[in-house]
Amino acid sequence: MMADSMFVSILSAAVSSGTPVLYAALGELVCERSGVLNLGVEGMMLVGAVSGFLTAVRTGSLAAGVLAALIAGGLMGLIHALMTITLKVNQVVSGLALTLFGTGLSGYLGKSMIGVPLPVTFSQAPIPGLSSIPLIGTILFKHDLLVYLTYVVVPVLWFYLYRTRPGLHLRSVGESPETADALGVNVFAIRYASVTAGGMLAGLGGAYLSLAYAPSWLENMTAGRGWIAVALVIFAVWDPFRAMLGAYLFGGIDALGFRIQVLGARIPSFFLKMMPYVFTIVVLIIVTATAARRSSRAPEALGLPYERE
Amino acid sequence: MKLVLEKRETVSSFYRFVSPLLAIIMALVLGAAFLAASGFSPLKVYYYMWWGAFSDWYGISETLVTSIPIMLCALGVALAAKMLLWNVGAEGQFHMGAFAAAWVALSMPDAPAWQVMPLMVLAGMAAGAIWALLPAVPRAYLGVNEIITTLLLNYVAIYWVEYLVHGPWRDPVNLNFPLSAPFSSAARLPSLFGTRIHLGLVFALVAAGLIWFALGRTKWGYEVTVIGENPRAARYAGMNIERNIVLTMCLAGALAGLGGMAEVSAIAGRMTRQLSPGYGYSAIIVAWLAKVNPWAVVLVSVLFGGLLVGGYSAQVIGVSAASVNMLQGLMLFCVLATEALGRYRVRAVHAAVRGSGEGASIDG
Repeated sequence: MMADSMFVSILSAAVSSGTPVLYAALGELVCERSGVLNLGVEGMMLVGAVSGFLTAVRTGSLAAGVLAALIAGGLMGLIHALMTITLKVNQVVSGLALTLFGTGLSGYLGKSMIGVPLPVTFSQAPIPGLSSIPLIGTILFKHDLLVYLTYVVVPVLWFYLYRTRPGLHLRSVGESPETADALGVNVFAIRYASVTAGGMLAGLGGAYLSLAYAPSWLENMTAGRGWIAVALVIFAVWDPFRAMLGAYLFGGIDALGFRIQVLGARIPSFFLKMMPYVFTIVVLIIVTATAARRSSRAPEALGLPYERE
Repeated sequence: MKLVLEKRETVSSFYRFVSPLLAIIMALVLGAAFLAASGFSPLKVYYYMWWGAFSDWYGISETLVTSIPIMLCALGVALAAKMLLWNVGAEGQFHMGAFAAAWVALSMPDAPAWQVMPLMVLAGMAAGAIWALLPAVPRAYLGVNEIITTLLLNYVAIYWVEYLVHGPWRDPVNLNFPLSAPFSSAARLPSLFGTRIHLGLVFALVAAGLIWFALGRTKWGYEVTVIGENPRAARYAGMNIERNIVLTMCLAGALAGLGGMAEVSAIAGRMTRQLSPGYGYSAIIVAWLAKVNPWAVVLVSVLFGGLLVGGYSAQVIGVSAASVNMLQGLMLFCVLATEALGRYRVRAVHAAVRGSGEGASIDG
């Protein structure tokens, strides 16, 4: 029984720990599906986290904080869109620049916020009924609103991408922009919208960290989660449901490390903190090595600027 | 009327010359906007930065000291970039190099300098190379994205260093701080001209010279260039791409590791978590700004050293250290933008022409 409840609590922690990465991964997924690689996720998350936190502290409103994070993430995405879609700058360099800029900007904006308590946080809001289902209720339905939102966003995004006409256009722009263009799809508009939406989701992921998961602001508080999100998209073969699975897997490793520490195992905490990174690298290697044998692959035009002839 | 970007056939040589200057000015103007928005006088901040970094011999020597680790890391990043490999892991390789050098120094406290110093250099380079080998092998043989793996390994390396200074290496004399015991004086890299400038500068300049020579004058350098420019042609010519990927990445790691060794030996004199304010990340920007040319890397590193030192002196008037990181990021954006704009000309068109963002279709 004891082992049972421990198992459940780790899985429940896996969901909340995986949620910020999930938002960021979904954002990157949309962006990459349209053919744009964005390595600025880490920077976008940080800017989202600090904007959300600053706004929530100033206004006392969580909704305002979330809105600010969405706007800030979207603006960061817009910079990447301007650089890579209009100016056709190398997507890798622009993304790296975005991460470096975002890291600096968030540290700059958040300097006065270190150690400041958040007046309001996203608190646990168990869903009546669902949360009393044994096991699953505790794992999935005793969280905060931002976690529940992912339960809606993931299927909606999947449906949008695979079952609607605009979703088809989005994917076609990432696979073959020439063909899409010839069929009258506006490649530039779709890519701009996708990169901006991706930034908004990454910003929301950052805000989840600073407003719900660890309500506070710390410099570099994302600690590489943006990069893990980029790796997750490859793991997920650009599919929202698999991104969810991957995010919870990451969250599980993260939560497990924390739990081992609490139980007082004689493993130094630094090794436990390394685990999610090592795990992500190993998974990335395995997925890439086996990808060749499966039919799964990246969007055909990923990373290539589109030039109209 | 509407502004439209048109593609140019060639970039004018005048523009190529002024574009880096234009980029720096743009970045300073944008940075000024951020500073002004948060209530600082941009001119005052820039004056303090200039004053701290370049106004006197002390400032200049500190700028050079700070540029040494950036230079070594950036040379590594540039070498890998020559083969279109993104080594975003210089920060981790730097820390592993520092760790290995510190290990030698701490385990040979009584050895003379002629024994301990060469071992520290070798250990630092080897550790950096091994840290780069880990992502290089999967990249070469399986095609695993090296950007993500090199970056994630930075976190692992930094936690490793934190573990050491909080745990087994913590100075028994002073348990309050996460620092190792100090190195013996034999394990301190000599400084030059009575300043804090140290032998690491010589290492960096020699490395720049060797890379310049190797890329331009040797068969290996030729292979690296061809693989970077046209991997398919390289494959047909019978070049071993996989082996070159591993070799280049290891050399890149060794250079960053040497940077870590020099920093821990000459500046810190003991193992600490505070070795780098992000030298390995600045190195990426430097390598790109320098267009992968080793001598340009040396020059741009000095500029970035000045930016960091200037940032420290701007903290006197309350500007946070993070503003320097922000300025670095802005600079890279501005360089990218001015480079891209060099390929286009801006022209005003009247509304009759339907000009969309790309515009290239107009003059076809």
